[in-house]
Amino acid sequence: MRVMVIVKATRNSEAGKMPSAQAFADMGMFNEELVKAGIMLAGDGLKPSSKGKRLRFSSGKKTVIDGPFTETKELVAGFWIWQVKSIDEALEWARRCPDPMPGEDSELEIRPFYEMEDFGPELTAEVRAKEAELRAYLEAQAKSKK
Amino acid sequence: MTELATRGAIEAVWRIESARLLGGLVRMVRDVGLAEDLAQEALVTALERWPETGIPDNPGAWLMATAKNRAVDQLRRKQMLDRAHGEIASDVGARPAVRPDLEAAIDEDVGDDLLRLILVACHPVLSTDARAALTLRLLGGLTTEEIARAFLVPEPTIAQRIVRAKRTLAEAMVPFEVPRGEDLSARLPSVLEVIYLVFNEGYSATRGDDLIRFELCDDALRLGRILVQLVPDEAEVQGLVALMEIQASRLRARVGPDGEAIRLLDQDRSRWDQLLVRRGLAALERAESLARPLGPYTIQAAIAACHARARGADETDWKQIVALYDALVEITRSPVVELNRAVAVSMAFGPDQALELVDALLTEPALSSYHLLPSVRGDLLERLGRRDEARAEFERAASMAQNSRERALLLDRARACERALDLKS
Repeated sequence: MRVMVIVKATRNSEAGKMPSAQAFADMGMFNEELVKAGIMLAGDGLKPSSKGKRLRFSSGKKTVIDGPFTETKELVAGFWIWQVKSIDEALEWARRCPDPMPGEDSELEIRPFYEMEDFGPELTAEVRAKEAELRAYLEAQAKSKK
Repeated sequence: MTELATRGAIEAVWRIESARLLGGLVRMVRDVGLAEDLAQEALVTALERWPETGIPDNPGAWLMATAKNRAVDQLRRKQMLDRAHGEIASDVGARPAVRPDLEAAIDEDVGDDLLRLILVACHPVLSTDARAALTLRLLGGLTTEEIARAFLVPEPTIAQRIVRAKRTLAEAMVPFEVPRGEDLSARLPSVLEVIYLVFNEGYSATRGDDLIRFELCDDALRLGRILVQLVPDEAEVQGLVALMEIQASRLRARVGPDGEAIRLLDQDRSRWDQLLVRRGLAALERAESLARPLGPYTIQAAIAACHARARGADETDWKQIVALYDALVEITRSPVVELNRAVAVSMAFGPDQALELVDALLTEPALSSYHLLPSVRGDLLERLGRRDEARAEFERAASMAQNSRERALLLDRARACERALDLKS
């Protein structure tokens, strides 16, 4: 299974404060472990929400909202994408992560991706629609040939 | 850690730690069977204790220390036994004894331990099947039951295969030194073969009702990604990883909603996993920068990359694919590769040219029960408008296919030829 591990933002991360050299080095070593274990597919850090924008959709209207955004603890400061056998394995790796925001309370959130089998009904509907289209086209072709 | 450890959490620790643990133990005791016994005993102890105590802060070190204590106990017991039997120190030469400096041995390079474990599990004295089972068990952390389920064979068969493999390794007195330089490169093909076998068994399951067994693909990819970190300068390891990443990127597009197979050219490319495509192309670039001429895995990855870069079949660089197949035929001399080359030729230069190549393969004994030969031939005949012959070929291919999903696809194509014939008449 594939999971996204989300590093939640903190006051410091939102202020654009860079982690200490030590924190950088620790995280670097952890990343290396993830790569060596063959589970890390991707990962990156995000700039503070003050550099971001939001697009709000509401009753057919679209509004652009400039950052920074409130509710710091709900914002995303970084992420990894891991390929693991189970959410327990992801949790066990997350435990080994060095404190992502030393000196502040912080959180990692693990969220599994949707997998093939989760898409069953919608996918079938999509393919059925395409098939119907194709059948109509073939019938039309057959008629024109006659 | 105060929270109680669940079985799931302990299994997760095992999955993460078991290969490193085994790698360290094999280095110390120089016996795969004994190392596995020690590791299993450490796991049993953990399963007894951790639900009460919680998982220790450094579970890997805990498991290693527990296993090491067992090893020392056993060594002492054996020494006492030997002494009781009048100091028979004769078998030292025949079989390397347990190293006395266990403590120092533990701190040695973990990467070397893993590489040693992979090389031993994939040792050429073992059959490919035995290598695959042992590798999944020792490095993938899979149980015998999981391996049996993956390969659709009874559990006792796999258990026996592993026991026999361990015995063969001991009897052959396989050395435990990690080779360097060219000696290491020479050992890698047998490792790559096993990893690709596992991947392929997942990618196009040869038996059973499921066309793809995702778990096996994931296991193979993980092994490949681990290996490429251990020997990053080996071009063909990068090539194999590139090949698997790109092929895996299409897994979601390869099966229809009812589990039926969808051919490459009919796949919805928007469903290809771009994260894996990018990883694959990056690995291919590394492989191509490491060695010329390209090795067989790198060439196959380069072919896969031609498809990955094209937005559709009509935008695919088929001439480049034919050129790559030329190089691959040169290296492998494999009739299966020649068949694939013929398909590429049909796209680059038309089905009539390709049919000549395929017809030349009809007498090839290695392909006499290969369902893709009549399947490809059927496809070419259909494109040439020879639908009656095409239908017969698809039916012949269906009768040879082992996988029920593939069979269904071929029968569908046979029926489509028949319908087209009816429409014409």
